[in-house]
Amino acid sequence: MNTNILIVGVGGQGTLLASVLLGNLALENGYDVKLSEVHGMSQRGGSVVTHVKISDGKVGAPLIEEGEADIILAFEKLEAYRWLPYLKKDGALYVNTQQILPMPVIMGQAENPADLDRVLQENTGSLKAFDAMKIAEECGSSKAVNIVLLGAASKDLPFSDESWMKVIGENVKPKFVEMNRFAFTKGQQA
Amino acid sequence: MLGNEAFARGAWEAGVRVVSSYPGTPSTEVTENAAKYDEIHVEWAPNEKVGVEVAMGASLGGVRSLSCMKHVGLNVASDSFYTAAYTGVNGGMVVLVADDNGCHSSQNEQDSRFHGRSAGVPVLEPADSQECKDFIKLAYDISEKYDTLVLIRSNTRVSHSRGIVELGERTEREIIPYEKNFRKYVAMPAMARKLHVAQEERLARIAEDSCEWDINDVQMGGDTSIGIIASGICYEYAKDALPDVSFLKLGIVNPLPKKLILDFASQVDKLYVIEEGQPFIEEQIRAWGVPVKGGKDMFTIQGEYSARMIREAFGEDVPEEGIDTSDAPGRPPLLCAGCPHKGLFYVLSKLKTTVMGDIGCYTLAALPPTEAMDSTLCMGASIGMAHGFEKATGSKENTVAVLGDSTFIHSGITGLINMSYNGSKGTVIILDNRITGMTGHQQNPASGKNAKGEPAPAIDLKTLCEACGVKHVVEIDPFEVQDLEKIVKEETARDELSVIITKRPCAMIVKQPDIPNVITDRCKNCRMCMKIGCPAIEIRDGRPFIVSGRCVGCGLCARVCPFDAIESTAKAGEGK
Ligand SMILES: Cc1ncc(C[n+]2csc(CCOP(=O)(O)OP(=O)(O)O)c2C)c(N)n1
Ligand code: SF4
Repeated sequence: MNTNILIVGVGGQGTLLASVLLGNLALENGYDVKLSEVHGMSQRGGSVVTHVKISDGKVGAPLIEEGEADIILAFEKLEAYRWLPYLKKDGALYVNTQQILPMPVIMGQAENPADLDRVLQENTGSLKAFDAMKIAEECGSSKAVNIVLLGAASKDLPFSDESWMKVIGENVKPKFVEMNRFAFTKGQQA
Repeated sequence: MLGNEAFARGAWEAGVRVVSSYPGTPSTEVTENAAKYDEIHVEWAPNEKVGVEVAMGASLGGVRSLSCMKHVGLNVASDSFYTAAYTGVNGGMVVLVADDNGCHSSQNEQDSRFHGRSAGVPVLEPADSQECKDFIKLAYDISEKYDTLVLIRSNTRVSHSRGIVELGERTEREIIPYEKNFRKYVAMPAMARKLHVAQEERLARIAEDSCEWDINDVQMGGDTSIGIIASGICYEYAKDALPDVSFLKLGIVNPLPKKLILDFASQVDKLYVIEEGQPFIEEQIRAWGVPVKGGKDMFTIQGEYSARMIREAFGEDVPEEGIDTSDAPGRPPLLCAGCPHKGLFYVLSKLKTTVMGDIGCYTLAALPPTEAMDSTLCMGASIGMAHGFEKATGSKENTVAVLGDSTFIHSGITGLINMSYNGSKGTVIILDNRITGMTGHQQNPASGKNAKGEPAPAIDLKTLCEACGVKHVVEIDPFEVQDLEKIVKEETARDELSVIITKRPCAMIVKQPDIPNVITDRCKNCRMCMKIGCPAIEIRDGRPFIVSGRCVGCGLCARVCPFDAIESTAKAGEGK
């Protein structure tokens, strides 16, 4: 079994925690796993991507390439579009529908592609687009978007609920554990 | 474990006692993680040169030491590095340098292997997190056995990938007594000539011995028609792309294990060298008269490689390309909401000042909407360049040098001394945000804390500038935009050297009000607030709009609004 998950978003949205959770889950369940992260400049609101490669054999290179991702978790719509070529033809895209306009668009120097929703629909094996931000806020913190998205994608991943709950418990600050577990469940139901 | 965390762990297991580094992506987390071990003295040096010298001193003192930096940091440290390569060590010493193929967060793609070769230092290159830990441990043994500095070359993908790592225990090491030996440690001409001979001898020994080291891995595949030599992350790409061919995975890339390479070359029909960057390995092999079927004639010098690219080059199938999304507008990074630097660049943009810039978060001000930077070269260059510009044009009018606190201490201060000494009338602006922001918020000599987070003396920048002979030094909060504008005008018009220090802590290290602002109906849509380049302000329905989840309530937009139309939601609530 090989599962490649690409996590994309805007610097500062909490993509790193999502990948660390996935990494720990894989480890916990006896898989080999490699993650590749972005640090430095793009964390200041730039386009960010984290690669997660899980295997019951051995993972070689840490990077997922075009047409190789089984799942893309997108924290933002334009970023979902940008990274779409990385998704397998029958791959699953989970996207938070909230949009963060990049500065060139705000300045009127560039435009977001038209018809994003349709393009996303037509170029994915399965698409789940929903307002994960709203769900996260309802659970108590806009920062929980990452956990909500993971909850939604969990059905495509080979980990049990107990395993998820355990790893959430081990990787977020104690006072936020309950909130995050709740957000995970809400994500599953979304 | 992150590659960089694994390096730190390996250093700890190897018994390292002193680490002195300067931050730089992608190397920073090695030192940050080392700081978590009580047994290691870890410090942020003011720059890489000092870091290497501290590590060298610790080595002389008889302990294992480490200095970490990004690739361009080795340029700064090269003076100490090249001669320490002659003298050799007492306790084991490693310099760890992380390259940035693809320029993810750097100003160039220079290849540190060349520094290793021209300095005459062995260079090890790990490919994944486990090897990061194993190779650094081995590096200390090599260092002590052969009496040499060892360079470990990482890069972004190795340092910033996580993989599973098997942990070991720390081996404490006796301090090796220091023995005075000026023939070894005083590198003056007569000694240096002999040291150089000794260095050549030990490199020859390493080239020979390393043919037996198991960090070099010969994998004769089912297919010996193709033989690939690769090292580091490129090995991973090549192995993914062509799992069945034969490989020589090199763990040491300088000096090259010649005999091993010649053996391998003789066992395969066609030899290929796959290496990102310059043809470092390839050219040496060709120079030995060994035919190389494919190297840089097949692969680029620029950027990063991938398994896909290698498959394509060898005519293998690759997954079909999906839709083309290259029309997606770019998303360049921005200064954070609440960033203290925004106040200054709003003013400089408004005054159309010529700005000799520098490297730090503030380099982002070169992008729209502020576009308030004319040059960025390397750390500390702003001051020297502003001085040269003034000497060339004969005028300092509306021209400034701008740099951060960490950058000023790293290498700006010497430029300021030069200005003072050589009669400049220019203006230098130091952005004192009490931290080294760009690389992820490390302490520095002006921040009041050390690498372990303990209180430390904070250099007073104002006194420091005055001591350099600058008579006019003004400190100001950069969010006081009206006053700041006045001061910039005054100081750039002044016929004497001056320094402006903008003082306000980085928005990521102090708690922000976190009460969002709103734009009220007094807004006349003049869009002044858009000029600060805040990630929380967008245009919605043709007007500026503050996205509450992203606004930290710093209030800078309210200060630049000429119509007083922006107010805090706390205040708006009270009014009702
Ligand atoms: C020689 C060298 N070493 C390290 C770096 C990495 N680096 C880039 S900016 C920076 C420091 C920025 O700190 P500061 O000047 O205080 O500005 P801030 O980011 O806090 O605004 C560092 C260490 C580099 N580019 N060059
Ligand atoms: S990290 Fe600090 S200095 Fe850098 S952009 Fe953000 S607020 Fe500004």
